[in-house]
This record gives sequence, C-alpha cells and structure tokens, in this order.
Amino acid sequence: MARMKFLCDAERCIECNGCVTACKNEHDIPWGVNRRRVITMGDGEPGEKSVSVACMHCTDAPCQAVCPVDCFYTTDDGIVLHDKNLCIGCGYCFYACPFGAPQYPGKEAGGSAFGARGKMDKCTFCAGGPEDDLTDAEYEKYGRNRIAEGALPLCAEMCSTKALIAGDGDMVADIYRERVLKRGGRPQNWGWDTAYKG
Amino acid sequence: MKLKRKIAPGSGARVSGLETGAGTNLFGNTVNRRTFLRNSGITAGGAAIAVAGGPGLLSKVHAAESADNRPKADLDTVKVRSVCTHCSVGCGVIAEVQNGVWTGQEPDYDSPINLGSHCAKGASVREHGHGERRLKNPMKKVNGKWEEMSWDDAVAEIGDKMLDIRNESGPDSVYWLGSAKFNNEQSYLFRKFAALWGTNNVDHQARICHSTTVAGVANTWGYGAMTNSYNDMHNSKAMFFIGSNAAEAHPVAMQHILRAKENGSKLIVVDPRFTRTAAHADQFVQMRPGSDVGVIWGLLWHVFENGWEDEEFIQQRVYGMDQIKEEVAKWNPEEVERVTGVPEATMKLAAQTMAENRPGTIVWCMGGTQHTIGNNNTRAYCAMQLALGNMGVQGGGANIFRGHDNVQGATDMCILSHSLPGYFGLSAGAWKHWSAVWDLEFDWVKNRFDPEAYEEVKGKPVSPMHRAGMPVSRWIDGVLEEKDNIAQKDNVRAMVLWGHAPNSQTRGPEMKEAMEKLDIMVVIDPYPTHSAVLPDRPDGVYLLPACTQFETYGSVTASNRSLQWRDKVIEPLGKSLPDHTIMYKFASKLGFGDELTKNIAVENDEPLIEDITREFNKGMWTIGYTGQSPERIKEHMANRHTFNTTTLKAEGGPVDGEYYGLPWPCWGTPEMKHPGTPVLYDTSKSVAEGGLNFRARFGVEREGVNLLAEGSFSAGAEIEDGYPEFSADILKNLGWWDDLTDDEKLLAEGKNWKTDRSGGIQRVAIAHGCAPFGNAKARAVVWTFPDPVPIHREPLYTSRYDLVADYPTYEDRKSHYRLPTRYGSIQATDYSGDFPLIHTSGRLVEYEGGGDESRSNPWLAELQQDMFVEINPADANDVGIKDEQMVWLESPEGSKIKVKTMVTNRVAKGVVFTPFHFGGHFQGEDLHDKYPSGAAPYVLGEATNTAMTYGYDSVTQMQETKCSLCKITAA
Repeated sequence: MARMKFLCDAERCIECNGCVTACKNEHDIPWGVNRRRVITMGDGEPGEKSVSVACMHCTDAPCQAVCPVDCFYTTDDGIVLHDKNLCIGCGYCFYACPFGAPQYPGKEAGGSAFGARGKMDKCTFCAGGPEDDLTDAEYEKYGRNRIAEGALPLCAEMCSTKALIAGDGDMVADIYRERVLKRGGRPQNWGWDTAYKG
Repeated sequence: MKLKRKIAPGSGARVSGLETGAGTNLFGNTVNRRTFLRNSGITAGGAAIAVAGGPGLLSKVHAAESADNRPKADLDTVKVRSVCTHCSVGCGVIAEVQNGVWTGQEPDYDSPINLGSHCAKGASVREHGHGERRLKNPMKKVNGKWEEMSWDDAVAEIGDKMLDIRNESGPDSVYWLGSAKFNNEQSYLFRKFAALWGTNNVDHQARICHSTTVAGVANTWGYGAMTNSYNDMHNSKAMFFIGSNAAEAHPVAMQHILRAKENGSKLIVVDPRFTRTAAHADQFVQMRPGSDVGVIWGLLWHVFENGWEDEEFIQQRVYGMDQIKEEVAKWNPEEVERVTGVPEATMKLAAQTMAENRPGTIVWCMGGTQHTIGNNNTRAYCAMQLALGNMGVQGGGANIFRGHDNVQGATDMCILSHSLPGYFGLSAGAWKHWSAVWDLEFDWVKNRFDPEAYEEVKGKPVSPMHRAGMPVSRWIDGVLEEKDNIAQKDNVRAMVLWGHAPNSQTRGPEMKEAMEKLDIMVVIDPYPTHSAVLPDRPDGVYLLPACTQFETYGSVTASNRSLQWRDKVIEPLGKSLPDHTIMYKFASKLGFGDELTKNIAVENDEPLIEDITREFNKGMWTIGYTGQSPERIKEHMANRHTFNTTTLKAEGGPVDGEYYGLPWPCWGTPEMKHPGTPVLYDTSKSVAEGGLNFRARFGVEREGVNLLAEGSFSAGAEIEDGYPEFSADILKNLGWWDDLTDDEKLLAEGKNWKTDRSGGIQRVAIAHGCAPFGNAKARAVVWTFPDPVPIHREPLYTSRYDLVADYPTYEDRKSHYRLPTRYGSIQATDYSGDFPLIHTSGRLVEYEGGGDESRSNPWLAELQQDMFVEINPADANDVGIKDEQMVWLESPEGSKIKVKTMVTNRVAKGVVFTPFHFGGHFQGEDLHDKYPSGAAPYVLGEATNTAMTYGYDSVTQMQETKCSLCKITAA
C-alpha cells in the first residue's frame, strides 16, 4: 500500500509560490489561511535556499498523538486527516507539529467553512475529509478531494520547476534519488560551501 | 538544514502575508481591515453574501457569479484549453467549467512548454474569471464622481469628442496606446485601426520592454526575437544571464534552465542584485547598474586575449568583428573593475566558463534593455555570442525572454509608432503593400493622415504618415511640450490607454500633469488601473470594461515565436467586451468600420477572429507569419502531447515533423506546410525543415567589404555561398522564374519575397534550399546607429560623475520620434552628492506589470502586501533607518515615494531596489477612495516610476528605469 509523501527539492525550489496559489485556487482558501508556504532561508545571502512546507503527513503524527478529542486519523494511503466536526480548535496540535502546519483562522478569514468556530485547518494532501468522497459537504469543509478523483495534490502537480514532488513515498524517493545521481556529487551552486561548511 | 519560522533579518516585508497565517497582523498594514471587509467579499460563503447586499459596483447578477464559483458534485464539467495571460513563457492552462462558471484549474501536462507547471500567477488565473475587483460597467467621471453609463452612450460621447479634436487639431492629436495583452488578432486589428484613423501615434508596452532588443538584434542579424527557445536550453552547456531574473519574471522557464544545469550546464548570473535566479547560479557576478557594455567587453577582453573566439565562424558569418576587437582592447581588467566593479578574476572565470562550455546561450531582459544606451547593450550581447560562435546552434543563441504573454505577437503585429505589421516600416511601399492586403485604395488610406509636413528628411519634407509617431514612453511630452517643439500639427489632446498600466512609465508627477491637461482620457481595461486615480480632474475620464483573454479566443505568440491558440473559457463578465469588439464599435462610430473589416465577417459587432488571422497570414511575409493558419495552430494545440519537449518537434501523429506552434518564420502559405523555425540561423538544417542563415538586410557590400556569408549556407542550399534577398528579378536571373505557377507569376511580377502576396517567390527559393531573405553575415557594427560600435556611456543621473569625462552621454536632440530629447543637458549637473544611492527596479514573482490585475487577485495580493525598497545594511545605518521602517525615497527631479524598507545584503552598498508593480498611492497619498467603489485592488502602494527620472534610448526611446539616483530619509 502506498504511503503518501511530499518532498521539496531545495536545489530546484525558486520560491515562486505557485504551490501556495495552486492550493488557494483548488480549495478556495480564504485570505489569512495558508495550508502551504514557501520558506526561504538565508534570504538574499549566499547559500539562499527555499523550501515549500505544508503538513508532512507524518507516519507517527505528533498532532494525532496529542489531540485531546482524537479528531485525527490516517487513511490507508498514509494521509493524515482530521474531522472538523470533532475538532475543538484548542491549538494543542500546533504545539506538537514540527512544521507549523495547523492553521486557526479567525473571523477575519471570512467566516468560511474553514474559519467557522475557530477550528483547525491544514493541508489534506488534497484528500478531503471524513465526509463522503466528492460531495459538496466534503468540499465545504476540506476542499477538493483529488485523491478520490485519481489525481495528486495540485501544489505538486503545478510546481513550476518540479521541485515539489508528491505521491507514494517509494516513487518520490526514486525520482529524487535519480536526480541526486544525475547531479553526480556536483553541488557547485554558488554558496554551497557556505551552506555546508564543516 | 533546519527550518526556521522567522527567517533571516530583513525579509519581513516579503513574507508578511505568509507570516500572518499564524494569526497575527492578519491584514498587514496596506489593507485597512475595515475597508477590506467592507469591499472585498473575500471568497465564498457569508462574506460574499454580505457583499451582494452591500455597497459597490456589483449588481445582483454579478454577485451571484462571484459568490459561487466552486465546483459542484452534481454538475457536468467541461475542460477548456487556454494559455496563461501573464508572461511570455506560454504555459498551457486547463480550465474546468461548470454551467459557464470557471470552477477549477488542472495542470496541462500535455503542453511541451510548461509540462503542467505554473508559477504563483499561472496557478491563480481562475480568479480573473471571477474578478471581484473587475470593472463591470462603462463609467465616466461627472463632477468628480464615477457614474455608470451604457456602451452606446460611451462610444457615441467619446467618438464625438475625438471627431471634434480631429477637425480642430488633426488625427495625430488622438493617441492610441495599445497592449501586449491583446491576442495576435486584436493586436493586428488595433494597428490597422490606428492606420485607418490616420496616425502613427500608436504604441504599446514593447517600447518600454524590449524595443532596444528588437532594434539592436534585428540590426545585427535580421530578426529581433528570441533565437532559440526555453526548451532548447536543455542543450546548453553554459547559460549566461545578464539583467534577467527568470526565477521571478519567468518562473516556469526555470524548469528548463535547472534541467540544463542538471545535465551539466554552467549557470552564470550577472546582476546588480543577488536575485532568486543568482541563488541557483554556479557563478554570480555583481555589477554596477548601467555598466553592461563594460562587463561584456571585459569578458570579451579575456576571450580575445586567450584566442578563445571562433575564428572560422567569424570569418564566414560576421562583419565588423575587427572593429569590436579594437574597442574591447580598451577594456583591460583594470578599466573593467573601475567602471563595472567586477574584479579581474571573476571576469576571467566567467569568460573561461563560456569558452570551455559551448554551445552557450545568453539570456537578457529589462536589466539590459531599459537604459539610455539600451541598444548598445543588446548589440554588445550579440557581439559576445558571435565572437564565441554560439549563434545558430541548438543550445546556443540569444534567448531573449520577452515579458507579457503576447508582447512578442503584439510587437510582430507592430503596435508600434514606427512600423506596420511585420516590421514593414512606414515607407510608401510598406503602406501600399498593406493597403493591398486590406483591399483598400492607397490614396484613401493616405487621405486619412494629416497631409502637412513637419519634418525634413535629407532636405525633403515628409508628412506624418511616413514619420514615426510618439512612443509610449514620451506621450506625456506630447501633451506637455510646447506645440512649436513637436513635429506634428498640435499636442496630444485625447489619450486612449487600452490595456496599459501607466505606473509602468517614468516621471510620475509629469504624467499626472499630462493626464490633467488632456481634453479626454479613455481607459479600456478589465480593471480601472492607476490611470483612474492618478489625475485630479472632475470629468473627461472614461473607464470602459474590456474582458480578459479567458473570455475570448485567438492566437498568442510565446517568447520562442511559437503560436498557440486560446479557446474561450467563459463569457465576458458583467458588461465587459472583447477588445476586438470594442475596436469595431469605435471604428464604426468614427466612420471606418466597413474599411476595417472589409475582409472580416462581423457578427453582433464582433469581428470573426479566424478571418483576422487569415488576413494577416496574407501580408506578414517578412517574418513568416503566413503559414500559421487558424486550422494549423488549432491542430497543434489538439496534438500538444506529440511534441518532443526538448526539440519541440512532433514525433509521429498528425503533425509529424512540425515544430510546436509553428515558430516564425513559418514560410509561405499554409498549404506549403512549412514546419516553423525552432532555432533561428541554424544552418545544419535545410530551410524547408526549419533551418536558416543570417539575413541579408544591410546590402551586399560596404566600403568594399563583402557583407554576404562566405562558404556558409543552410543544408541543401543550391547556392553554396552567400546570396542577396530574393526578388522576381533574381529568380529570373537564376532561371528559377518558371518554377512559379501562372497564378503566382501574376502576383510575383515586380515584387520581392516580402511583398509577393502569392508566396511563390518564397516557395521557389525554399524549393532550391535557399532562405528567401538571402544569406549574409551578421553585422557586429551597425553603421546606421548613433554608436556603430557599442560603447559605454554613463547614465544621465550617474553615481560616478568621475567617469563622465571618459564616458559622456549624447548631445541633446531636437527631434527624436517627433520630440526634443535631452541627454547632455541633464548629465551636465552632478547629482551624486545630494542623491548618493543608485535606484534600480524590477519584478516580484507574484505580480505582473503595473499590477492592477494581479494586485486585484486575493490569492496573489496576500503574498505581497507592501511596496518596499531593498537597501543594504550599511546604507541603512548611514542614514539611520531600520528594517520595515517607512522612508521617503526622493529623486533628483523632486519626485518622491513613501515606502517600507527591507534591509538586505541582496543589494550592494550604494544600490537600492524597488519593485514596479505597485500603484494607487502617489507621493505619500493613498488614492483608494478615488477608485470606483469596490474596484480598488486589494493591495495598493507607491508606484516606483513616480520617482524614476528622465532618460531615453538613443535609437528607440526606451525609458531608463534601471539606473537613476535617489536619497532616502526616514518618513
């Protein structure tokens, strides 16, 4: 069985934010909520690197471990989802998550399905939620369910440089391994020595 | 690598939108929260319903449209193919439509250009189809307030005023400013429209984007376009970027660039800033803004010093390289470092990389073109590629990345004040050729123009019909300059800003004054634009809603010269109309509707797009826009998946052997089935298979030196040497005349390859393996330009006044494109003491152009909420300012902008950078309330060009935006 994973290839990420707006577009995400962000390290300095970050769909998800109402569940594909009907918006998962994935939109976010009652919102790997697949009810709360449609997360599908890869972890690893092999220990990027000194 | 939530100091403003996701400072400082909630109707659900009942432009119908554009489980979905409307890469867009509503966007994996990918802008284009902030009705200003009106009233009222102006001041007093946002058909129709109105005062963004490229490059080897393609960069062994930040301006191109890099190609980035592109480079070369010629000659100094030039290539295919060598000899490493700031070792490494890794390509953009010596820069870049023998090969070439989605096509259709479609120029012969294509009497067309003459050429008076009109960069001077100083009857009195962001032009305060002095100003655009709010005038301003390219259809030319076809995704929103429909309405009102559409079917005021394509197919012989019939382009779109993603050649399938989008020149008639030309001047292929050589455009000899190619010719050519361009007479001399059919002979008699409307001359030349435009050398020396050999000249506002004595600018000119143009009189004063910082400008990935469209898209606007200025920590400390502080940036001309600082090492000490996409503020004042209610973009900010100064290229009137001076003080 597949175990779904994201991988962002920092050698290719150019911080174009295509993944961010693809997500906004696909799930109609309101202003103020960002299920995915691009983080740039060493901005404007030699060795500058960017990576796109969202929920990493951990195998042993800390959010799931700490949730007081046990609203998280892992699908057969290894995607970590949550039930907004159970979520109480306490923010404990925010403490636990190493990536800052959970979002707590306030009223300002438009009082949309996601922002309602201060509940948590996060990346679903485009797999919807506990409602029946491909229903309007599922879309209202979680956005589109591309996995049920047989597609992968739109952020990765639309990535401008194919830096962000999503899919079965084994296949993602194969793609990345092939790239690393091709680069052949040729990390001659300007600033590499700065980033990896020592 | 460890992830940090709060990233490096100095990047706050860039990520303010992102940081707010955690719940603090949700709306940043730019968008007032209350205003935001009142006017936005952010997306769906409750907020949108609130908007429907609230104030604003939206009628109930529109609110319903915008309130619910989500996909529904029980509705059928239709997929429609289009092309992104943001940049020239030409990314395929797949739109999902339910019941006429654009509900989703899917990756276009079949497109060989983007392979499904999008940047932030491309991934968000669906929003333009909802357009919460779009202009939905025609409006005019009455007593300082915006009032809605009908299309009929608007066209009648505006048309009457224009006809009055025409009677009083002549046709040249109405200025038709067109757009690179038009598709090819609209671009062509617009240029024809201006011609039939009787003026050459018509222009568009290309003037202020790549005009110096088109002029410099076309005058070097024949055509002024990107020679290879984004995809072809997979074949490059070295890539040399100068003044191009592809990671932000052409993000999807980076997919091909990084693929090349992973194939082993070296990436060199030359730029004043350490850009996002530079972050991926093998070598970053930091230069002083405006010193491009010095950098290139500095590189070539090492090439010539070490004998790295391609002698055989130069001998066979280049004229004038010896004169370049003489100039380059002056640029020894010490002089290069003195002028450009680049040290010897850095320069030598770059030269060596280019020499040892061939073929190498050069990429340049606005960083090189937007200078008073822009044409010198572009020719220096060409000279570098010619010296290295990198032209006409896969993986080499001059990969000039164009800007707007159809700026290549709009340039080819010549929405330009100095030419007719296909770069025919403005000579009587050119007018006669196009009059014949239009099926109009030449005398009728001639009588549309002002018959008087205001300029002399070689002692003879020449009327405005044959003289270049004013360029878009200078229209404000056409309004403000003394009438007697202008080479036309009267000042510009009516301005039509059709798909144009005025904040992309320099000298903001003078633009405001010009807008206030006009009799009338007409804005035709999907958004109100900065034009709606800049002038303080109670009336005489009209806003007419055009729809976007997703609400109409037609062909669009990507930077690599490939034509793609957009299908209509949705019907025009509100009362907006397609541009070509608006053109027809105005032409009818102004009295030439029938002439405009003589060969074009019109239904409900909408000219048939395919008929327009077929019409330009019949006239664009110069650059081979003749083989791309609507049927052929559509067939390519339907078979996108059959094209190789590196060569762009179809492998099998219905268009086997053709190149994607039939990149021009696609010679002859559509029936000739030329496959398009993927790489210009590539002699390894026959012309019939997309091969070519340099164009014979500049004569056959100069001062006894042969200008034709020597011993170099395209594969299979029956003339195995250089030859001049083809004409009826040459066919006869060669004994090839009888290869023409009888029908072809009738039209070809007395004509040449450019004006033979049968296409026969081209067909026969190609049948004999020859290029219709001849086979010559490229010229590294353009003897018709002010500086035949490209030389360095200091900017008008230079930070290095000590260099002015050695590298002075030009003398002032009395009439350049009808206007007096200043050079030396400005440089005569040293401003560098009071204004110690170099001010340069550029792009952000989230926005495009003047930003009126992209700042109105909440998915994009959220990511960049503040106009800012990048300043080096040392400079910031020198004037006592900190990160994210409001400051005044003031120019030597007295204009100033109030912006937020971003303290960063991205810029060198002494240089500040501002992005040019902001508008809606003016010299510290927020103009939000001057927009029609509900139509202000989500994010407003100071337009950087308010504080950009005077300065224009000596050949094309390109504006200088990359190298001015400023001072910065705390606000």
